[in-house]
Amino acid sequence: MAGFEPGSLPDLLPLYYRRLFPYGPYGRWLSYGGVVKNYFQRREFSFTLRDDVYVRYQSFNSPQELEKEMQKMNPYKIDVGAVYSHRPSQRNTVHMGAFHAQEKELVFDIDMTDYNDVRRCCSSAEICSKCWILMTIAIRVIDRALMEDFGVRHRLWVYSGRRGVHCWVCDDSVRKWSSAMRAATVEYLTLVKGGSETVKKVNLTDPIHPFISNSLSLVEPYFEEYALVGQDILGSSESWEKVVALVPESVRESLLREFPKKHDSIQRWELLKKKMEKCKPCHAEWEIMLQYCFPRLDINVSRGVSHLLKSPFSVHPKTGRVSVPIDLRKLDQFDPFAVPTISCLCSELDMAHEEEDGEKENEAEPEPRRRTRDYKKTSLAPYVRVFEQFVEEMDKSRKGELLKRSDLQGDF
Amino acid sequence: MEFSREKRLKARLAGDRRGDLYPHSLQFYLQPPTENISLAEFENFAIDRLKLLKAVENLGVSYVKGSDEYKSRLEREIRKLKFPFKALVEDDYDARRKDHISHFILRLAYCQSEDLRRWFIQQEMDLFRYRFNELTGDLVEKFLKYVNLSYGAISKEVKEKLAVQLLNSTPGLNGAKVEELEFYKVPLQEAMDLFRVRRVYLLNAFTYVPQTDIVAIVLNNYRTKLSKALALTARSLPAVQSDERLLPLLNHLSHSYVGPDYSIQKSIGKISLEHIDALSVKSFPLCMRQLHRALRDNHHLRHGGRMQYGLFLKGIGLTLEQALQFWKSEFIKGKVDADKFDKGYAYSIRHNYGKEGKRTDYTPFSCMKIILSNPPSQGDYHGCPFRHSDPELLKQKLQSYKIPPTGITQILELVKGMHYQLACQKYFQLTHDVDDIGFSLNHPNQYFAESQKLLSGGREVKKEPSEPESSQQKLSSQKSTSSCSIPISSNTEADTELEGLDAYFTED
Repeated sequence: MAGFEPGSLPDLLPLYYRRLFPYGPYGRWLSYGGVVKNYFQRREFSFTLRDDVYVRYQSFNSPQELEKEMQKMNPYKIDVGAVYSHRPSQRNTVHMGAFHAQEKELVFDIDMTDYNDVRRCCSSAEICSKCWILMTIAIRVIDRALMEDFGVRHRLWVYSGRRGVHCWVCDDSVRKWSSAMRAATVEYLTLVKGGSETVKKVNLTDPIHPFISNSLSLVEPYFEEYALVGQDILGSSESWEKVVALVPESVRESLLREFPKKHDSIQRWELLKKKMEKCKPCHAEWEIMLQYCFPRLDINVSRGVSHLLKSPFSVHPKTGRVSVPIDLRKLDQFDPFAVPTISCLCSELDMAHEEEDGEKENEAEPEPRRRTRDYKKTSLAPYVRVFEQFVEEMDKSRKGELLKRSDLQGDF
Repeated sequence: MEFSREKRLKARLAGDRRGDLYPHSLQFYLQPPTENISLAEFENFAIDRLKLLKAVENLGVSYVKGSDEYKSRLEREIRKLKFPFKALVEDDYDARRKDHISHFILRLAYCQSEDLRRWFIQQEMDLFRYRFNELTGDLVEKFLKYVNLSYGAISKEVKEKLAVQLLNSTPGLNGAKVEELEFYKVPLQEAMDLFRVRRVYLLNAFTYVPQTDIVAIVLNNYRTKLSKALALTARSLPAVQSDERLLPLLNHLSHSYVGPDYSIQKSIGKISLEHIDALSVKSFPLCMRQLHRALRDNHHLRHGGRMQYGLFLKGIGLTLEQALQFWKSEFIKGKVDADKFDKGYAYSIRHNYGKEGKRTDYTPFSCMKIILSNPPSQGDYHGCPFRHSDPELLKQKLQSYKIPPTGITQILELVKGMHYQLACQKYFQLTHDVDDIGFSLNHPNQYFAESQKLLSGGREVKKEPSEPESSQQKLSSQKSTSSCSIPISSNTEADTELEGLDAYFTED
């Protein structure tokens, strides 16, 4: 695989946008079946161009127009914003105050740097396979809550390209949520509270809400591997002191005394659990698990209806990795380091092209078809497949809704 | 005979209609009023409601919402301002009408920005919550039906199946209560305030709300409706603003200070220049204390500071002659020579007193004005320290003024919540060692007047020239002694001259 150099972006991006970006399903996604008038046309996009030039309020008359513009501008980064009351590019023709954001997907941004206080394997800017488990846990917990508690159906989880994951919740009703609803949702999903000043960030009181108990049963299976083995949180006195600070005072002294007698984190955790049995009303054991593993959301990303978020299939300018959808059926096997970079994809394209040289190329073949074949020859293929399935699911349920409605109305 | 019978019939009909219009003492304000009213009534209704909402805000921060203290004080305010309170429909028509109309007027003023909307919604919700909780007996059910908020209760079977989850998600319940209470299936969006703090069971986009928590649902519903309405109002505002009778009032309302403007100096405020240093420590609000200190230290203040402080001094009773003397003596110690002072600065001081130019007699700035307009930049000392100072610096300053640490924490909490005037009230309480400030702070001169009243035990403040010994004592007892000794001017002649002044304008 070719290593990625940020300096090569100007050469690679044109190829990526001509031959690899999945415009078909992308346009279908954002059109949402064309049910609402001018929905796609009123969507804001923003582009980050060379030399950090940033342009907002871009809007397009069709997915094809978006495609042409992307191929012309070759943006380093693409963000997706809200659907506004009027076409964003024409906002200056609208009365003051009348131009406003109307709808947008509910989005979540989970970034590894928010866990810096509980991971020792990496410095702030990096990730590794040991701490990636935190993302897996986050996806499991949030996804279950979205589906079971919030009754949401259409969620797209995407690797951000560097240190985290995004979630796009696309149900019709959810896209209409106010910022108060979005903030309320994040609040419901938040258990870890407090900044660098706060030592104990999770405090549980009885009764334990079903959201917490459901989440705990998802966190528990990962705790040993992540915290006890990978992060070795009870491996040395320096690290176990931090953990002991989270248990009730009455138990601390005896733990500090007896920990050195044990051999590893796993044994020490057992000891801690035993001690906690004796002071029954408190839940320190759970609180520790949650403080080290529970998802940490950025409320500012989710709350604003007009907030812009990196588009799926956008390239990360620093790592070169593509923001690819994550297949939830294979969540535990997802490896962020195996996600293709733009340079690797382009060289895969070159190699495939060389193989074709031998065959006769049909010059009359239309571009879109060639492109469909193109990404299939690269490592991007499985990720586009996940995306296509996501869009198909939405199409299906939309058709189902329309059928139901027409049944009720008696139209045929 | 016939004639009088007709009259009686008419009277009864009118009464019925009025009863229909406002069948309950509270409402969701869904329909705007459609009658004609006079501009005077328009303005008075709006101002009264604004006073009520400010009282709601104040009480909400000073007392636990829903506590007995909170409720009794709020009741007092509502009665005083003649808003609807626990009355029979026939007797309450005027109050309910006022309630209806004033709400809609304030919408016009408070829809214009995110901050204003947020404030308005918060106070209206608190007011609504109070009134809803005061509804007795079957009035609750009747009201819920009236606003179409009857949700479906879940069946016994469903309740049994969900019993454990219901028990674990709803605080304050036990097994028996779960059995006996009704649980309503409320859509997610209508129970926002309950699910976001995880006080209900949430399953498949429905919350399961016990009948005891229905008030939160109602509030949520009210908030959603009001929020939407305000957004709509903002969009139609240009049409309203084109009515030139209304525009000044509406602008005034959202920034307004609705109290005495301290343009006329009362005898309680007469001060002598010798006392100013002591007074700045004892009776000045923090903003003026800060300005006074900066003036003493730097022998100069920039324009914003001169305006804010100069007008304040005028409001506490400093005469024009005293003012000229005060500022000149300070500025001369700095880089300004006497000549330059007379030519430049003296002119603007006289201007402030209405002696130059268009002869507008400017009124001292209210808290609202200081907080909202003309923020200080580098080298400025004006503004409101609770609003404009870095919290860390504010903390240090309060520490240097020997404010107890718990008091400082309370003040900083209020600042964090953007309750700047309440923070200043707290400062008053701490510096005067009282538990209850006894008034709602809106104006720096009000702070001064109340402080003087408190310190003099309600008596009139001693006038300076007759007691030189006590003023000497005051001077020596304060820590920050500047070496100047301003000659005591006999200003009785100047006083009488000013007393005759009438035309006072409010500068906006």
